[in-house]
Amino acid sequence: MQFLDFEKPIEDLYTQISKLKELSVKNQVDVSGSIKEMETAVEKARTDIYSNLTPWQRVQVSRHPERPYTLYYIEKIFTNFTELYGDRQVKDDKAMVAGMAELNGHPVMVMGQQKGINTKMRQMRNFGMANPEGYRKALRLMKLAEKFNRPIITFIDTPGAFPGLEAEERGQAEAIARNLFEMVNMKVPVICIIIGEGASGGALGIGVGDKVTMLENTWYTVISPESCSSILWRSWNFKEKAAEQLKLTSIDMSGFGLVDDVVPEPLGGAHANPELMAETLKEYLIESINELSKLTPDERINGRIEKFSKMGFFDEV
Amino acid sequence: MSSTWFRRSKQGILTSTKEKKETPDGLWHKCPECKATNTKQELSDNLYVCPHCGYHNRINAVEYFEILFDNNEYEELFTNIMPKDMLHFVDMKPYDSRLVDAQKATNLTDAMTVGVGNMNSQPIVIACMNFNFIGGSMGSVVGEKISRGIDYAIEHKLPFMIITKSGGARMMESAFSLMQMAKTAAKLTRLAKAGLPYISFMTDPTTGGVTASYAMLGDINIAEPNALIGFAGPRVIKETIKKDLPDGFQKSEFLLEHGFLDFIVNRKVLKIKLSQVVQWFVKDAAGAIASDLN
Ligand SMILES: [Zn+2]
Repeated sequence: MQFLDFEKPIEDLYTQISKLKELSVKNQVDVSGSIKEMETAVEKARTDIYSNLTPWQRVQVSRHPERPYTLYYIEKIFTNFTELYGDRQVKDDKAMVAGMAELNGHPVMVMGQQKGINTKMRQMRNFGMANPEGYRKALRLMKLAEKFNRPIITFIDTPGAFPGLEAEERGQAEAIARNLFEMVNMKVPVICIIIGEGASGGALGIGVGDKVTMLENTWYTVISPESCSSILWRSWNFKEKAAEQLKLTSIDMSGFGLVDDVVPEPLGGAHANPELMAETLKEYLIESINELSKLTPDERINGRIEKFSKMGFFDEV
Repeated sequence: MSSTWFRRSKQGILTSTKEKKETPDGLWHKCPECKATNTKQELSDNLYVCPHCGYHNRINAVEYFEILFDNNEYEELFTNIMPKDMLHFVDMKPYDSRLVDAQKATNLTDAMTVGVGNMNSQPIVIACMNFNFIGGSMGSVVGEKISRGIDYAIEHKLPFMIITKSGGARMMESAFSLMQMAKTAAKLTRLAKAGLPYISFMTDPTTGGVTASYAMLGDINIAEPNALIGFAGPRVIKETIKKDLPDGFQKSEFLLEHGFLDFIVNRKVLKIKLSQVVQWFVKDAAGAIASDLN
């Protein structure tokens, strides 16, 4: 288990528990009572810490190395997943995975940014930063879903679209812009779930839907707190402050009406109990698709346009 | 075509000298590209294009409108929409005082000005970004004015154009700024369904969320020469790939070469070129083509 800096009290308790277990094996004494007590203490520490997370701490949770990624949710929530590759133009982007699957027996199209689970995979997945090919693959498969009247589910988890030389050459901006335009117009239900990091245009590029939903400990805004700090404070040292100012948490975002729903995470975050997280998310997806299926394609499209058109704050004098 | 709904704005707030701050003060102007010196009068007579090397100096809505609208006659729309610091965002300076300072310095309300008027007798709605207002950054007012500009174009069945000049999103409006990308794209689908043309005209610089939304969604995408156009800024890319960037990277000519622009247009022929293009979209095409041989 890996612990974040603010999880120190939990880590200490775990250390004590494992010491106690060692001791009991060595000395052949029954410590189950004490262990039970300490496990209660862990629960309490978790509750205390996780009910008072600062915005920056939530950013840390959203990036926890043991946090479930897109392919984990696909495996746990859906059946008969067949991964589909390539944008049919340049190549296959490993930072964006996609494929056909079934949700409780109903065919759907699923896709999302994928981060690597170890150093080698992180490289291969480009840290979840898609190139234009990733966005174009996503769009190709959304159109396939639309043609066969299958709902679309996207999982968003990215530190941003990749800022590379080839990405610019091949039109990163155009690829994202095109997706926004086309996703508004999709005839089928579109559900977008922010499962980790929702950074800027790279997130929004697969983030225009009937439902845009954040898991509890995720963040979604225009820039990462670190980059915001470096630009607005001209120093990397204000990331906590930037995280606060950006109001990037699920609670803020749903309060502003910029996301539709927040799905609660298990105590201690999604990584503390990934199975439970997947189960909760599955229920949410089924419910949402059932709700959206009652609408006509035009109602859904107009609903999307109206929803996004309302976003913004200004005075009319 | 009638122009009755346009009022002359020559004497109005729009053309105050204060607002022309982007062009240098004083009598002389030194070209940042070739270092040649011209009088400010020579420069403005030449549409702020360097007479020696053709460098396109950055200008804002008031100058573009003067170039494009016949006799500089147009009506400015949605002047009642004002920015607001809803998040009470504070970095090294509070956002609300940034807004006040920018408003004082530019005599503008925000980074977007929308005008309707005649361009070579063809009515058109033009939304133009002002780089002098917080780097032309895209916040809620920019998105809302585009949104209403599109509604206006649909209501009056007019062609629509956006002139972009922006460093990207306005961070001080956080996710609201990000969502302007989705908002403008959503409204552009309505314009498309109404069968009205949308021309995206990119000028130096056009980067970030502006490029990754309405700038790249034109029925035709065009740009001024040598304009920086991209998603990520050159500095970020350089830091990411740890290599020097090739000459001309992310310039208009580079985008044209890679297939992301329909053409590049020199400011001096902009009005005539745009008029030709708009005519292609709006001309009544019904009926047979008359033969010249008759
Ligand atoms: Zn020059």
